[in-house]
Amino acid sequence: MTSINVLMVANRGEIARRIFRTCREMGIATAAVYSDADADALHVAEADIAVRLPGATPAETYLRSDLLVDAALRVNADAVHPGYGFVSENATFARACIENGLTFVGPSPDAIEAMGSKIAAKTTMARAGVPTLPWVEVTDADDDLLHQAAEDVGYPLLVKASSGGGGRGMRTVLDEPALTEAVLAAKREASAAFGDGTVFLERLVVDPRHIEVQVLADAHGTVVPLFERDCSIQRRYQKIIEECPSPAVDDVLREQMGRAAVAAAQAVNYVGAGTVEFVMDREGHYYFLEMNTRLQVEHPVTELVTGIDLVRQQLLVAQGEPLAGEVIQAKITGHAVEARLYAENPMQQFLPQTGTLKTFDLDTVPGVRVDTGVESGSSISQYYDPMLAKVIAWAPSRSEAVRKLSAVLAQSRIHGLTTNRDLLVGILRHPEFAAGRTDTGFLTRYSPVELSRPLAGPEVEQWHAVAAALARVSQKRAEATVQRTMPLGWRNNPSQMQQVSLEAGQRHYQVQYALGDGAVHARVNNEDLGELALAAVSPHRVVLDIDGRRTAVTVASFVDNESCSVHVDSWLGYTAFTEVPRFPLAGPPQAAGSLTAPMPGSVTRVHVTAGEEVAMGQPLVVMEAMKMEHTVTSPYPGVVRDVMVERGTAVRDGDVLVVIDPSE
Amino acid sequence: MANKKHVLGEILELGDLLASTLLGGGEKSVERHRARGKMLARERIELLLDEGSAFLELMPLVGWHSEFTVGASLVTGIGVIEGVEVMVIAHDPTVRGGTLNPHSFKKVFRAMEIAKENRLPIITLVESGGADLPTQADVAIPGGRMFRDLTDHSAAGLPTIALVFGNATAGGAYMPGMSDYVVMVRDRAKVFLGGPPLVKMATGEESDDESLGGAEMHARTSGLADYLADDELDALRIGREIVRRLNWRKLGPGPTEPPDAPLYPAEQLLGVPSVDAKVPFDPRDVLARIVDGSRFDEFKPLYGTSLVTGWASIHGYPVGVLANARGVLLNEEAEKAAQFIQLANQIDTPLLFLQNTTGYMVGKSYEQRGIIKDGAKMINAVTNSRVPHLTVNIGVSYGAGNYGMAGRAFGPRFLFSWVNSKTAVMGPQQLAGVMSIVARQSAADRSLPFDEQADAAMREAVQAQIEREQTAWANSSRVYDDAVIDPRDTRTVLGLCLSVIHNAEIRGQRGYGVFRM
Repeated sequence: MTSINVLMVANRGEIARRIFRTCREMGIATAAVYSDADADALHVAEADIAVRLPGATPAETYLRSDLLVDAALRVNADAVHPGYGFVSENATFARACIENGLTFVGPSPDAIEAMGSKIAAKTTMARAGVPTLPWVEVTDADDDLLHQAAEDVGYPLLVKASSGGGGRGMRTVLDEPALTEAVLAAKREASAAFGDGTVFLERLVVDPRHIEVQVLADAHGTVVPLFERDCSIQRRYQKIIEECPSPAVDDVLREQMGRAAVAAAQAVNYVGAGTVEFVMDREGHYYFLEMNTRLQVEHPVTELVTGIDLVRQQLLVAQGEPLAGEVIQAKITGHAVEARLYAENPMQQFLPQTGTLKTFDLDTVPGVRVDTGVESGSSISQYYDPMLAKVIAWAPSRSEAVRKLSAVLAQSRIHGLTTNRDLLVGILRHPEFAAGRTDTGFLTRYSPVELSRPLAGPEVEQWHAVAAALARVSQKRAEATVQRTMPLGWRNNPSQMQQVSLEAGQRHYQVQYALGDGAVHARVNNEDLGELALAAVSPHRVVLDIDGRRTAVTVASFVDNESCSVHVDSWLGYTAFTEVPRFPLAGPPQAAGSLTAPMPGSVTRVHVTAGEEVAMGQPLVVMEAMKMEHTVTSPYPGVVRDVMVERGTAVRDGDVLVVIDPSE
Repeated sequence: MANKKHVLGEILELGDLLASTLLGGGEKSVERHRARGKMLARERIELLLDEGSAFLELMPLVGWHSEFTVGASLVTGIGVIEGVEVMVIAHDPTVRGGTLNPHSFKKVFRAMEIAKENRLPIITLVESGGADLPTQADVAIPGGRMFRDLTDHSAAGLPTIALVFGNATAGGAYMPGMSDYVVMVRDRAKVFLGGPPLVKMATGEESDDESLGGAEMHARTSGLADYLADDELDALRIGREIVRRLNWRKLGPGPTEPPDAPLYPAEQLLGVPSVDAKVPFDPRDVLARIVDGSRFDEFKPLYGTSLVTGWASIHGYPVGVLANARGVLLNEEAEKAAQFIQLANQIDTPLLFLQNTTGYMVGKSYEQRGIIKDGAKMINAVTNSRVPHLTVNIGVSYGAGNYGMAGRAFGPRFLFSWVNSKTAVMGPQQLAGVMSIVARQSAADRSLPFDEQADAAMREAVQAQIEREQTAWANSSRVYDDAVIDPRDTRTVLGLCLSVIHNAEIRGQRGYGVFRM
């Protein structure tokens, strides 16, 4: 029996913090690693000790087994927890830990390897009697064998990375012509993400549910199923909402799937916490998908319904202890739902967002857990996953848990980066979701754009504009060097209303106001809103009387260079405005027809050259950013005047990529 | 209730008068101006000032009841530009082309005096046809003082800025000519000594507006314009930029006391002044609604109780207060005032005078006790006090009481009148009565019969005349105050003025120790 006194987490962000929390409860000293981009991250500040990994990209840092082992030795760690992602399912790393006398918190390298190759895993599972889908390995990207193999598996099918996860290196192929390109793209993505371009084809179950079973195994041969998680709400194979129990699993099915999961774990002599993933069709038939030999992102839902701290169990198992009675006899109490909050734009194909998270304020209530690695002021870099937080709600019933989670999300204040918050709320409040009719096709049937419709509609936006204008003016006076205490916009001979112009996306708001004692006369875009009672005006809070309802509005504004963003939250919703300066600013001249980088990243392909004619929608440049490919297309037919970038060029947000002269 | 109704009535009248100033030269003239794509004077000012900052318009009622438009074709006031308190003087080109009449000059001279005393940069928004020619006899010669004052201002280290939006010709050309910084609007500014017709007459030379005085020409050739603005908005932007770079520092101390609001609402001030000016009211009721936290530390509360003296602060600025409590000033009150003024000078604290006085006491016993000498001490102290004085007439200001309580002739930094206030040598009835007694006496001396009927008519006429002349509007039209204000605005107006006077050094008179009286 070993004893862990110092634990190093070979990971970053929320999962590192999550593991540290349990360590503190167990009296274990914590060690962090950090890339240069993470030097100011919360997980680093929170750890007892931290080691720098020079560089910023994952390949230079969190994926470097040698550096990680070296760091663990340097801090005298007894054990290393790999978290999820990065080296969590890297057998070589696990082996290196063991060889250096470090306890690897996870299964044996052999078990990782057995499950790491999805292809090998499927073979093992089939042999152990776990149901699997027809599949075949791809040896070459473009030959007849490939097409023959695809025929054998049957369309529609999936191209999957053998050592993949999180939807990366995965492509859907509906019919034969799309096969070759899909395989190539999957290989490319898989190589970049996992350093292994092996892919295989698998029969696709259309719009299945994604059900996974948590297992815990000790080193003494005990394997316990800790029930299922329904992770069917996904976008681009990325889970965004997970829950336990699944509305589609009854006690009989739960028992059956639990047994299958235990068989799967036992087939590879699994030790530690692991997850066996299944796809389930409408009839309740389930098929083995893969086994994740690590702690899952969505493990908190299991923790909330069972009361078991899975990280604690991992550490106890790693110390060689047998599973305790309360684990073996675990039961589900109530219901837990998790939502993953991402810095991404659901309105623009989930384009990842980078920059500074100006405000990150989740108003938690009892029964709501927030696992996050960021706080107000954190910067979200292009190097890592843009997940900001996991918000998990527990309640006695599913409907209560869902309502609680959606309320917390709706009332959270998140400024500076576009997030999928409105989408999450839109899903959680959707009648189909409420009815438990969830499967992986949910976001295909219901458009993310529709679901992400902001909570604050046009009428609310108008009130928010008034509040934003007053708060801004109040802030300007509060920051003034003279006459700070004078009433706002005071005139002894008032000749006109004061004016503030704001923009919310494409919508322009001209707010005019005249302040009186405890009241404001307001006009928005020349529409007279009349005299409104005004209970408070300050730079951060405005209390307006709207149709007899006293409404408190919270305002936060941030000045970057010459531009000021104004963020307004109220129970009516959230609006982000940009203040339009009173005097137009002379910007740098930009050639008409310039296409700019939508985000920072690097150019991976350039499809056009100067002088070339292009059609509307034709791909011009492919960029890679945040591990996602983004194609810049021509907005209109025209002729390429200039190409400013080449393959490999690193670009910043707003850099000009290509200039297109529109054709007449 | 009656008091409140009375004051509200006067406030409505103030509102009407001020509203009339906004019409400029009338609807047609305003429309014509706008049709040329130009902004009105007050629209220019609004864009020039910092967002949400206050603007105290000064002397808006000048020229009331005269042959000229109320406001005298000028808008002037104190505003904040890039954190700097600035005197803004804007021509109103919709009023007879912005030409300046005798009232305009009174107004502009007073504005420049305020700027000089309080160390404010001056920014002029120029668009004026120059002197009002029909009244040239009254303006041409004295008007030159405007240019002298401008350059004198500059010599005192106080920047002058001219934004030229249109005409500034002949004498008007010296407005930009004598300013430190000049901005001209392209295709709009027209600045020359003589226009094409005059040049043709004088020298026979053929010319045009642009080559004689266009903005481009002045920016590129003559160098009279330092900045060429694309349009009016651009000129205002540049004006703000210039002020931002003035490296302005106020010489007075900043606010030093907590600026918390009074405990009692300003609204209640409406009920304080008496309908009948003869009925005095307690100035402590006023102070409780204008000073910070309603904190007022009274000095010599048991002595000379017809005058209240004490210390307070407004928007954080400490002040010494002298306020009439029962109209009349007796020997004790005069001495108390003289002593208190010396104390304020000793500790460099500005003084606030709340006037509600019928003057110094008359009568045998007071004369014999030397009321003239005692009154003289007070007037001497007021005259030679070097801390800034702010005066507000909250009721009446009659006789020598007006002098002792820092009336206009005694040069307070600012003087404001409440809407209900009255200023004259004495009350209308008293004045008519005095004249009647004098006439009766004169008739008796010469043993002539006294015409009772004529006397009654005379008394009525005199009374009516004084009633008219003593109103706040009448006094304000003559620039005997800096503005008539709504009593509820008193705290704001005084706070703003205190902030403004702190641009200059605050330093009291020194020399002798404080004389005990």
